[in-house]
This record gives sequence, structure tokens and C-alpha cells, in this order.
Amino acid sequence: MAENRVVSNSAMVVIGGSTGSIDVLLNLLPALRSPLPFALVIVLHRKSTSDTSLADLFALKTSLPLHDVEDKDVILPGHIYLAPADYHLLIEHDGTFSLDDSEKINYSRPSIDVTFESAADVYGPALTGILLSGANADGTAGLKAIQQAGGLTIVQRPDTAQVAYMPQQAILNTRPDYVLDVVGMVRLLER
Amino acid sequence: MIEEEEVTLLLSDLLELYGYDFTQYARASIKRRVNRLLTLDKFPSFAELRYRVRNDADYLKRFVEELTVNVTEMFRDPSFYRALRKEVLPALTAKPFIRVWHAGCSTGEEVFSMAILLKEANLLHKSLLYATDLNPEVLEVARKGIFALAPMRQYSENYVLSGGTADFSSYYTAQYDYVKFNEELTRKMVFSTHNLVSDRSFNEFDLILCRNVLIYFDKTLQDRVLTLFDESLGMLSFLGLGSKETLRFSSIRQKYKQVGSEKIWRKIE
Ligand SMILES: C[S@@+](CC[C@H](N)C(=O)[O-])C[C@H]1O[C@@H](n2cnc3c(N)ncnc32)[C@H](O)[C@@H]1O
Repeated sequence: MAENRVVSNSAMVVIGGSTGSIDVLLNLLPALRSPLPFALVIVLHRKSTSDTSLADLFALKTSLPLHDVEDKDVILPGHIYLAPADYHLLIEHDGTFSLDDSEKINYSRPSIDVTFESAADVYGPALTGILLSGANADGTAGLKAIQQAGGLTIVQRPDTAQVAYMPQQAILNTRPDYVLDVVGMVRLLER
Repeated sequence: MIEEEEVTLLLSDLLELYGYDFTQYARASIKRRVNRLLTLDKFPSFAELRYRVRNDADYLKRFVEELTVNVTEMFRDPSFYRALRKEVLPALTAKPFIRVWHAGCSTGEEVFSMAILLKEANLLHKSLLYATDLNPEVLEVARKGIFALAPMRQYSENYVLSGGTADFSSYYTAQYDYVKFNEELTRKMVFSTHNLVSDRSFNEFDLILCRNVLIYFDKTLQDRVLTLFDESLGMLSFLGLGSKETLRFSSIRQKYKQVGSEKIWRKIE
């Protein structure tokens, strides 16, 4: 456990979620203070058609600049980035995003593991990974990679998740630094 | 997981020994591809993978094929095809002859979709579709015009969403688990290998589609390839990219005007 580590020291925070995670984000986003000291990347499993509507939904909950990522977009602190439907989202060493439409991983594209692993590669200890509600094992391998690279890992408390499976898998297979409910996450992000 | 330097080593082997240049591909993605092959083909270490690539010609072929991503579908992003129907084809109607280039066509689903659009706009008889890819295997599939039956249902839905009103299944005959597209469509297609990294422009086109290929390149290579396209497009011709690709970072952007909200640009200078 890394009780004294704070999220605000990270250069990037990546949040991954599946079924039941949109509600959590709708609660988290308004709690983010401006200016945000890190870049926030959100990777959700979603239907390929719902692209813009999800960005619109989140935009109602934050005044921070929010983007649906396009290939080679530059990553800036203070901005929120949404992984587009149907592409894996990767991070390059030059601080840009790249997209990839290769095979689904864990039945998912975007896959949370892919973004977590790629971000861990680039940001190492300057990365925080947060895994939310979902009915899929995606994210566990990614959290492991973040931890191995020295980053901070946070998992939603399974009994507070709409679908407990995804956070449960992560807790069974990794040792997250924090296991928190939404209020706990908000508090940690504010610190 | 292999290290950054190991990827660099492998890519310079490919270039020096075989002339395949992947050095300007988007690094994060290529690294994932290499890691995937390391696991898939059960190499105990990076050194063994490297040895195999350097010394086994058969394996090299597989390696290069698997390094690139060939995922594709018919009428992918139906709204893009709808815009082609509504905004692009009407502007080409008056031409005596229409040349289309599909750069990075993979197994050809995009080319067959385009041929159907042209047919429905009554333009196919005076069109030629040049379809190129780096990988000869995928071109072999495309050339045959035979595809799995299973995804046809979804393609048919995409087709309708793109504004198609005919019976989609009238474009092919089904046999067992496969469908063969009508000769009428294939007759207008020319397939050939072409490497966007090292080969030149080979004609002037009215429309170039290069979708979901540039995402695999770094910014410098993207810009070079877009310049190649620019040299291959006549005035008022069109360029179509993948749904998350953009001209925004490229030096040719001033000469182009985006058509509506889809990833289609028209050369205006
Ligand atoms: C993901 S597929 C895209 C297929 C189709 N255009 C679509 O959007 O559905 C990418 C294709 O680009 C090809 N490709 C990759 N590098 C290339 C290069 N240097 N020159 C030509 N084709 C290349 C790959 O072989 C692959 O078939």
C-alpha cells in the first residue's frame, strides 16, 4: 500500500470501465478541480455508434476541455480524453496518442489493458490507473503493468460497483494501492 | 514484454536484410504487434525471435504479414459512404473517366463497397478502381472476390445505413459458407502491391481512399504519404481517410477543404 501517494503527482490518470462505469464518471467528473495537474484519459467499453453522445454527456459534468481522441492528438495536462469506439488507444513516447484497429482484446476494442500497458510504458511512476465497474476481466493485466512500472493503482470497491466482476478480478490478481468507493475516489483525486 | 531497444534492433534487421522499412511506423502499436507474435508463436526470448526473423525466410513472411493489421469490413462507417454517395459521386458524374485509388485496401471489402456505390450511381462502366496494399496475401483474397458469409448480415445493415436501397444479396452468389461477388464488380478492379513507404505515385486520380492505414505511421511518414497522395490528385479531386484520421497535422492541409463533417477533403488549390 502506498497510503501517502497522491494522484496529483501523476502526469497522467487513466480510468478504465465497462458496464456500470458511466454513472461513476458522472459523479467523479464534477469533483475534478480546475486546472487539472494531469491529463485524464477515459477508456470505456461502448457501442461503436455512441461516440459523440458520450462526450456530450460528460461535457455536461465538467468545464475542463474534453476531446474524443483522434490519431496523433497531442496529450496536454488539464485536458480530458475519451478513447474512441472501435479503436485501441495507445500512448507514444513523444506525448501523442496513436490509434490501432487490431484484434479485440478481452472481447473489447478499445481494450483497457492496451491503454494501461501502453501508458505504463511511457509514464512509469508518473501514472495513475483507476479501474471501475464492469462484467469483463479487461484492465487487470493493465493494472499489473502500471504497478510494475511504479505507478499508482486504484480499484472501485466491488460492493459499490454496479457490476463487481471487473474490480473483483483486479483485486484477486493484483495488489491495488487503494480500493475505494466513489466518495473515496473523489477525496483522493482532490488531494 | 520486449524493450524499446529490442524493437529498434528488429526493425533495423528487417530494413537492412530485407528492405522492409517499418522504422517510421507508430512505435507503440508496432511494439504491441511484436509482443503479440512473441507470445503467439511461443518464443522463449527476444533473441530467439530475432534469430528466426534473420534466418528463416518462411517465418519472415509470416512475421511481416502479422506485423501489419488487416482488419476491415464492407461499408465501414456507413455515414462515410453516405457522404461519398451524396457529395462526391455527383461531382464526378461529368467526367469521361473516373479513377479511384484504394491505398492499403487489405482484403478488398472497401473496394467492393466502392464498386457498388459506383454501380448504383451509374458510373461503374466508366470507372477503374486501383487497389493496392503492401501485403500480397491480402491482395490475393481481394482479387478472388470471395468472402465469408457470416458477416454479410452486418454488411447488409451497413449498406442500408449508407443509403443503399437495392437488395444487398443481389451483388453476390452464396455457396456454403462463402459468397462470391459478381464479375461485373471485379472486372473494374486492378490489384497490385504498392508500398506507401517506398513506392511512388503511379497515376492521377479523382478519388483516393486511404482509410485506417495512416494511424499505423508516425507523423513524419504520414506527412510524406499525404504528399504522395497530393501529387496523385488532380484539381477538385477527393481524398478520403479513416474516421479518426486527419489532415490537420499535415503540410498539404491548406490546399484542401473538408467536405461536410466526414473525413473527406477536396483539393481546391
Ligand atoms: C487496417 S487495414 C485497412 C483496410 C481498409 N482500408 C479499411 O479501412 O477497412 C490496413 C492495411 O494497410 C496495409 N499497409 C500497412 N502498411 C502499408 C504500406 N507501407 N503500404 C501499403 N499498405 C500498407 C496493411 O497491409 C493493411 O492491409
